Amino acid sequence: MFPFMNRLLKSLLLIPIFLSSAFSQDWIRTGTGLGVEKVRLAVPDFKASSQDPKNADLLKVFNDTLWNDLDNAGIFDMVSKSFYPLVPVGSPPDVKFEAWSSAPPSAAMLAFGNLGVSGNNLTVQGWLYDVKNVASPQVLGKQYGDTPTSDAARMIAHKFADEIIFRLGGGIPGIAESKIYFVSSRSGRKEIWAMDYDGSNQHAVTHVGSISLSPRVSPDGSRIAFSSLTRTGWDILMYSMELGRLVSFPRFGGTNLSPAWSADGTKLAFSSSRSGDPEIYVVDQSGANLKRLTSSKGPDVSPAWNRKTGAQITWVSGRTGLPQIYTMEADGTNPQRLTEEGYAVSPAWSPNGQFLVFSWIRHYGPGAPGAQDIYIMDIASKQWVQLTHDGGRNDFPYWSPDSRHIIFQSSRSGSEQIWTMLADGTNQKQLTSAGSNTQPNWSWK
Amino acid sequence: MKQRKLQCITMVFVLGAIMMLAACKKKVPPPPPPAPPAPTEPTASLTANPNTIEKGQSTTLTWQTTNATDVSIDGIGAVEPNGSQAVTPAESTTYHLTAKGAGGTQDATARVTVTAGAPPPPSSSGTEEELFSQNVKDVFFDYDKSDIRPDQQSALQADAGFLKQHPNIAFTIEGHCDERGSTEYNLALGDSRANAVRNALVQSGIGGDHIKTISYGKEKPFCTQSNESCWQQNRRGHFVYQK
Repeated sequence: MFPFMNRLLKSLLLIPIFLSSAFSQDWIRTGTGLGVEKVRLAVPDFKASSQDPKNADLLKVFNDTLWNDLDNAGIFDMVSKSFYPLVPVGSPPDVKFEAWSSAPPSAAMLAFGNLGVSGNNLTVQGWLYDVKNVASPQVLGKQYGDTPTSDAARMIAHKFADEIIFRLGGGIPGIAESKIYFVSSRSGRKEIWAMDYDGSNQHAVTHVGSISLSPRVSPDGSRIAFSSLTRTGWDILMYSMELGRLVSFPRFGGTNLSPAWSADGTKLAFSSSRSGDPEIYVVDQSGANLKRLTSSKGPDVSPAWNRKTGAQITWVSGRTGLPQIYTMEADGTNPQRLTEEGYAVSPAWSPNGQFLVFSWIRHYGPGAPGAQDIYIMDIASKQWVQLTHDGGRNDFPYWSPDSRHIIFQSSRSGSEQIWTMLADGTNQKQLTSAGSNTQPNWSWK
Repeated sequence: MKQRKLQCITMVFVLGAIMMLAACKKKVPPPPPPAPPAPTEPTASLTANPNTIEKGQSTTLTWQTTNATDVSIDGIGAVEPNGSQAVTPAESTTYHLTAKGAGGTQDATARVTVTAGAPPPPSSSGTEEELFSQNVKDVFFDYDKSDIRPDQQSALQADAGFLKQHPNIAFTIEGHCDERGSTEYNLALGDSRANAVRNALVQSGIGGDHIKTISYGKEKPFCTQSNESCWQQNRRGHFVYQK
């Protein structure tokens, strides 16, 4: 049903085999593309379909966004534009199959179309052609209409990219329309911000005016739970995206941190020191039925639910000294320690329920290099793979809804910024640059 | 012009001759040069006494360095390798000393906390708030730890002694952490530190009703450099008088 997911699973399942042969050597390439030939996709610039002066700017936004979305998807071999036939392609009659399917482009698929403004309307027509199937080439034909703004042009490009990724990527919805929530200090205070998955459209969500941290968007995208310093201390606050304001949520007393939604959206797990020691609690999304799950001295913080089953919770505990990653059943029973050494924090569960991604200073102590990097662990076997190797402190990893990407924060560029990469550690890109930007959280769709 | 050129050439020739002569003297191979001693890494320390002053008062910075050729303090400039100097900071300041030598560079910092007091009336014994900030000392912690260190017990006992004599003072204990590690974990750790100080005071007989705790994790550091002396400044339970 999900061939791609199976491929990802299979490739990640190869980890133990790699590990046994190369345990001392951390740099292992695994993941989404392993042993799978990527589809060779050509995407010539869309053509203007009218004479409007706005066309040029909107075409640039549209073409750049579409190309980036398809390139970022990690499942295409993007054919370089320098190999393309010189004749522009704006509609089906323009397609010279032979010119696209043979060398130098040697494309398997061709995405093309046109964009035009007329009056107050922006119209985009897009096609996806299987250029080797001359008799029946059309895989996709779409038409979009909106107002002639660059925001609209970008959204249409995201939608068309997601259609292509859905068709050619094993039926997994693309992420071009997904959002990322994060903490930014650029206004002078740490507030919750949002952006498109590619780093565009960055804007403030909250204006609390104190210190706000750890945003977690609900599975339906309607609310953001976060932790904020209020008059009474650190409390879990709830922001409604629909109402555009904070809505009420109980104050529990003590220091309340790191909320996490269950995949069905009915519950939140978080850390509270209301008893005098930071412990993990679960509460209904309404704030009712507070239940304590842990009871060990030392900090317990940063819970995350199993996104597939909802039956387990992973979290960070300092009960034995330096923080380590644990899992337990959602009722608090059967705690299991997963990391055996170092300083391990910020776990997040993969959408398929099989892996954790987390941040680890693996060799901790005097004389140790002490790099803080992002790792993936297969929960059943406890085998892990290191994804970042490029210096800086790397923390707060989070999965994309399609499992193919991981977002995280890194100080490698000199300040804390948000970065994205494919789930095998390749294609690392910086998304933010103004102020310091931390604790990214990816929307569920 | 030609004359000038000629002079120049003559000069070069003469210089060359001198150098050759000098070289000629060294016909006997010189004894192997003694291995240059490996440059020793400089050491540096910087203290402020007292480290808490009221606005308008001065404090004395004292520093010692070894193996340093170039010593400077931010905001003061180049200074002698060892010395002391009175300073009157208008607000809380972290003085940062850099000692450079052949063996490397060493930093040292000293934090001077300036409390905003009323302009000091000479004969007054001070307001309750002033007495609080003069007598109640912060408690410092080891990395990733929230238990009270043996060397902090005396400060804590002195704090408890003062607070017993002033049972009506309400105050907040802030838990702080250094910049290393995760934001969320450090907030939980700061909470444990603030509670550890609170529990120790309650055990010493201080009523818990007047004590609030709050964690700042690594959100409000006292000192922002990435070195151990600065990190130690930031791992603390900090007392704040509650008006």
